[in-house]
Amino acid sequence: MTLSDAEWTAVQLSLRVATVAMLCSLPLALLTAMALARGRFWGKSILNGIVHMPLVLPPVVTGFVLLLLFGRRGPIGAFLAENFGIVFSFRWTGAALACAVMGFPLMVRSIRLSVEAVDRKLEDAAATLGAGPAWVFMTVTLPLILPGIIAGMILSFAKAMGEFGATITFVSNIPGETQTLSSAIYTFTQVPGGDAGAMRLAVISVIISMAALMLSEIFAALAAKRSVAA
Amino acid sequence: MSLEVEARHRIGAFTIDAAFTSDGSVTALFGRSGSGKTSLINIIAGLLRPDVGRIVLDGDVIADSRKRIFTPIHRRRFGYVFQEARLFPHMSVSGNLAYGRWFSGAQKSASEFGRIIEMLGIGHLLDRRPSTLSGGERQRVAVGRALLASPRLLLMDEPLAALDEARKAEILPYLERLRDETRIPIVYVSHSVAEVARLAERVIVIENGRVQASGDAAVILSQPAAVHAMDWREAGALLEGVVESHDSAHNLTIVRAGECLVRVPQLFVPPDHSVRLHIAARDVMLATARPEGISALNVFEGTVIDLSPDGKGSIDVRLQCGGNVILARITALSREALQLAPGKSVHAIVKTVALDH
Repeated sequence: MTLSDAEWTAVQLSLRVATVAMLCSLPLALLTAMALARGRFWGKSILNGIVHMPLVLPPVVTGFVLLLLFGRRGPIGAFLAENFGIVFSFRWTGAALACAVMGFPLMVRSIRLSVEAVDRKLEDAAATLGAGPAWVFMTVTLPLILPGIIAGMILSFAKAMGEFGATITFVSNIPGETQTLSSAIYTFTQVPGGDAGAMRLAVISVIISMAALMLSEIFAALAAKRSVAA
Repeated sequence: MSLEVEARHRIGAFTIDAAFTSDGSVTALFGRSGSGKTSLINIIAGLLRPDVGRIVLDGDVIADSRKRIFTPIHRRRFGYVFQEARLFPHMSVSGNLAYGRWFSGAQKSASEFGRIIEMLGIGHLLDRRPSTLSGGERQRVAVGRALLASPRLLLMDEPLAALDEARKAEILPYLERLRDETRIPIVYVSHSVAEVARLAERVIVIENGRVQASGDAAVILSQPAAVHAMDWREAGALLEGVVESHDSAHNLTIVRAGECLVRVPQLFVPPDHSVRLHIAARDVMLATARPEGISALNVFEGTVIDLSPDGKGSIDVRLQCGGNVILARITALSREALQLAPGKSVHAIVKTVALDH
């Protein structure tokens, strides 16, 4: 089985988009998860609702909202383009943004659950041993929630690999720029005789998904072994 | 060392309003469960911020709500050994031990490290994971971890409560060594008379969030206020004595307390070492004439000081025996039969095997 150049480009683009989406949303997801798990502030349930929105909205709606906000003439998109030269519309960065937004609730949920499972008494113990709040987070909280973070990252990556609706609505389906694995398969199914190409990419898609799932199982097992509660 | 604590704090309907000072090496906060001991020690540690409070250690103001002084937990350098060991599950035993050591600026030399490891008998556990340790081992590692952070004060919240009798017996000698070999003052929370009797120099009796009595362990633990705070079955008297000699042939140790010679199950301490014996009131029998042909090894002559009011058919009799106060719990029927009254001379009989702590 050999891939054509266009197909190979779509696979590479998908991997790049998913990786960037996963890594860029991680710090914000960690912050949001900590705030939702530990914080007590006004509007917490509103924040929770906004975070979960992409999970329940039709992906087309999410893509449309992104287009309105981050498009060339959207308020945020125009600001970023003028001041930082960051352009999302019809670029692979836009695909990464759409994937990050779609995967965000999954990542936050996973991290939040592990933060809530942390025994805060261990953090108290660390403080009595002389660790300030930042050190407690780095040396106790972070290692203990690492399994949740890794699981969240893998979920977000897997979501990004499969993302279709929001991406195609926001940044369209431009070969070499925004045509990810899913959009490429979709394109193949729309033209006569595209079945073979669609099949090849579908196989690749299955392999990548399986690898991601197995990797997450391995990490979960390692993490469980590391942190059996004392 | 001198420790001054003053705290007022409301938790729902429960109010803590306590103040005490102590200059002993081991100060016990003693009381029933739910009396507010743990909240009080958490206030000392800084884990709980009281509505009004003041903590002074050796003239150093750690917290004073009126002057808006509040040293955060991690800057107090108060070691804390919790009821459950709270070891970090993601670190090995040596990682746990090194944790506080690192934050204290690693001032402890390697020899100091070795000495503490040796004192607690945890040298063979260094590479293990906390989850593979027994309860007693975990608690010893937790004590080591707290000690290696070079604390100015060591707080212990019922460190033995989660352990069974055998594990308690395993750890108590280490705590005694800790008291005798380090110069770190200890605040020890417990509801167990036996532990407090064995370890504490000063006792603060806490009830309903208030201090009921405070002072020397031997004095306080024989007082009615303390008797009230302890488990009814555990009530008794505390005798201070020194080891007179050992009877290895019979696995006995003879302890001199005042004018009394008390035979107890063998203690592994050298002669002239001072020890405290807790004699539970329900383990003491009374006789008006010296009994003969009896297996109990300890028979003390004494006089009745006073008798408690009748409570559920039983009475606590306080006796003066050769410079000691001994408490005996007898039935109301026995009091009538023996016609006990203050000033009457009696013999107190204590089985040696009952003195096994």
